[in-house]
Amino acid sequence: MRKLLSDLALPAGAIFASLLVFGVFEWLAGVNPIEVWLLLFKGAFGDWYSWQNTLQRAAPLMLTALCVAVPARAGLVIIGGEGALVLGGLACAALPYAVPLPANLAGTFLICAAGAAVGALWIALAGWLRQYRGINETISSLLLAYVAIGLFKHLVEGPLRDPASLNKPSTNTLAEGLRIGGIAGSDVHWGLVLGVAACVILWLWLRWTPSGFAVRVVGGNPRTAQLVGLPASQLIISACAVGGACAGLAGAVEVAAVHTNANASLIAGYGYAGILVSFMARHSPLGIIPVAILFGGFGAAGSLLQRRLGLPDASVLVLQGIAFVLILASEALRGLNWRALLLRRAPA
Amino acid sequence: MTQQNTRQTAGGMNRRDSIKSLAALGVAGGLGGIGLQAKAQTPLTVGVIYVGARDDYGYNQAHAQAAAEAKKLPGIKVVEEENVPETAAVQKTMTGMIAQDGAKLLFPTSFGYFDPHMLAVAAKYPDVRFSHCGGMWTEGKHPKNTGSFFGYIDECQYLNGVVAGHMTKSGKIGFVAAKPIPQVLRNINSFLMGARSVKPGITCNVIFTGDWSMAVKEAEATNSLADLGVDVFTMHVDGPKVVVETAAKRGKMVCGYHASQAKLAPQAYLTGAEWNWLTAYKTIIDAAQTGKPHPNFIRGGLKEGYVKMSAYGPMVTDAAKKQADDTKAKMVAGSFDIFKGPIKDNKGNTVVPAGKTLVQTDLTLESMNYLVEGVIGSI
Repeated sequence: MRKLLSDLALPAGAIFASLLVFGVFEWLAGVNPIEVWLLLFKGAFGDWYSWQNTLQRAAPLMLTALCVAVPARAGLVIIGGEGALVLGGLACAALPYAVPLPANLAGTFLICAAGAAVGALWIALAGWLRQYRGINETISSLLLAYVAIGLFKHLVEGPLRDPASLNKPSTNTLAEGLRIGGIAGSDVHWGLVLGVAACVILWLWLRWTPSGFAVRVVGGNPRTAQLVGLPASQLIISACAVGGACAGLAGAVEVAAVHTNANASLIAGYGYAGILVSFMARHSPLGIIPVAILFGGFGAAGSLLQRRLGLPDASVLVLQGIAFVLILASEALRGLNWRALLLRRAPA
Repeated sequence: MTQQNTRQTAGGMNRRDSIKSLAALGVAGGLGGIGLQAKAQTPLTVGVIYVGARDDYGYNQAHAQAAAEAKKLPGIKVVEEENVPETAAVQKTMTGMIAQDGAKLLFPTSFGYFDPHMLAVAAKYPDVRFSHCGGMWTEGKHPKNTGSFFGYIDECQYLNGVVAGHMTKSGKIGFVAAKPIPQVLRNINSFLMGARSVKPGITCNVIFTGDWSMAVKEAEATNSLADLGVDVFTMHVDGPKVVVETAAKRGKMVCGYHASQAKLAPQAYLTGAEWNWLTAYKTIIDAAQTGKPHPNFIRGGLKEGYVKMSAYGPMVTDAAKKQADDTKAKMVAGSFDIFKGPIKDNKGNTVVPAGKTLVQTDLTLESMNYLVEGVIGSI
């Protein structure tokens, strides 16, 4: 109970503090901070429209954050989710070239599975390089992301290009029946549900299953894990594959729900934003859900701030930066014995 | 959403109808009575969306300049958003401008906003007008409340080439390009043909960086072209700042693109190909204000005022100015065509046969897939 309280109170306090700092920052820049706070709230969570805006933006971040969080539980720092995302999106758009697909839910499932599979292979490669070739996974996953983007551009602008896509090289457009639609009664597509489901399932896996526990043991101390007979390399590579599958799925969902084909707009930085989300959620799959929504909210609110106050886009990045630093810094306050601190100070 | 749509539609119809009747009354009452003016002041909210920063010295700045001018028009309120990626985010920005700010006319300015994003949002808001920059609006395929506008800026790149042709000492000019797509190829070819109208032996080295905004690669490309002996540069990337500054630092000359970069390198800047989007904005805004049909497909060049040239830099010779001005006068008069056969590509194939002329509005130019003879580089 006490842990849960500090789990909630510390980030909440940090967000509150960052809003305060941001307000002062805007006030110094000559903008009324109260107006800024009101618009931030209105833009992100003010009404049903804003909520949909926020959730839509949060959807891809949940999946890309998992690409960081799951390997992190196995003790790895993977930052190349962007590569798995773009290749996942490409695989999703390319599958209809290779095999005839039914234009229904089964077809959608297959293109999403193709995206997830390619993403899984890509990040598993970084895990394999680490376990069997001693290459640092942080660097290799980042560099592999550049390779992935290069490969993506080559294929989209070359062999897979739809000849009709003149000024914006793209693959063929997915058939209507293969696309992912919106959730009835809203503007949000089903990718959000996939994201939330993936977070919950992976949290359950890590928390309650023997294999999930084994991954956490490896992450805690790989030597001990080996001593007790756990197949450390397999577990690490599997964790990478699971994370990569999530990022690949994110790419597939972006293609099937938003872009309808694979093109360079897919390279929008969701993979990198996922790194921030995962770190802020302390690599807890469940924690990713609210943090991704918070980031989605920053995006939605930033949009309104720009339009209403004419603030530059960078101002929201400032807020994001302050929030990120303060939330991480607030970790230092965790577990402090406040009562003892206060009592000791009191007599003086 | 359905509810919101209905409201939007109802509101829109009423508004447009009331504008129409107001306009009619205005005509009937001669100069439009004072009482009417107060009512007519419900401003038209126009949303402008940029893919990059408004002060990028390039593509986005050219639009931001027009938006700033549009703000001064009577009865107009402008809302803007910059750095909007071509993802679901831009759809949200569009719906936000409509639902939260009451926008009735949107200018999504980046090429990638058109399909699927703008088309998806336009289908949900049939009473809002969407005007996209650069897309190919097609009758029967795209809805009537959408449209596209663009300018024949290759005319300006041709004039850049004329000036470059006079100013180059090495006979080598250079082009830093983003991607080998038709719009870019057309600019490269025009630039070289302009230069060759001065000296037929001039060659143009082109380097493709692979994407619209790649500062490091743009600098590398500029440096390696300079190492090859290129002494006049131009470019087609979103923000020409890096190329202009790098070329100037290397002591080379440069012709600008998108907006004026003269401020960045006053001693190296010869002239430049600039957009003049205000012309298109005004036409579209005017139609929206007066309730006329939405202009679905509008294009123009120097003649129509869609594009313009930067003022000449101090080092441009009189001979260069004269030839460029003469050619420009012919373009404005409509008696000059850039793509006039015979034209060969740089592999020796004839792409425009002798006796054939592709006029500016010819749609085959919008699917260009070759580099003309004299351009060193491959697609």
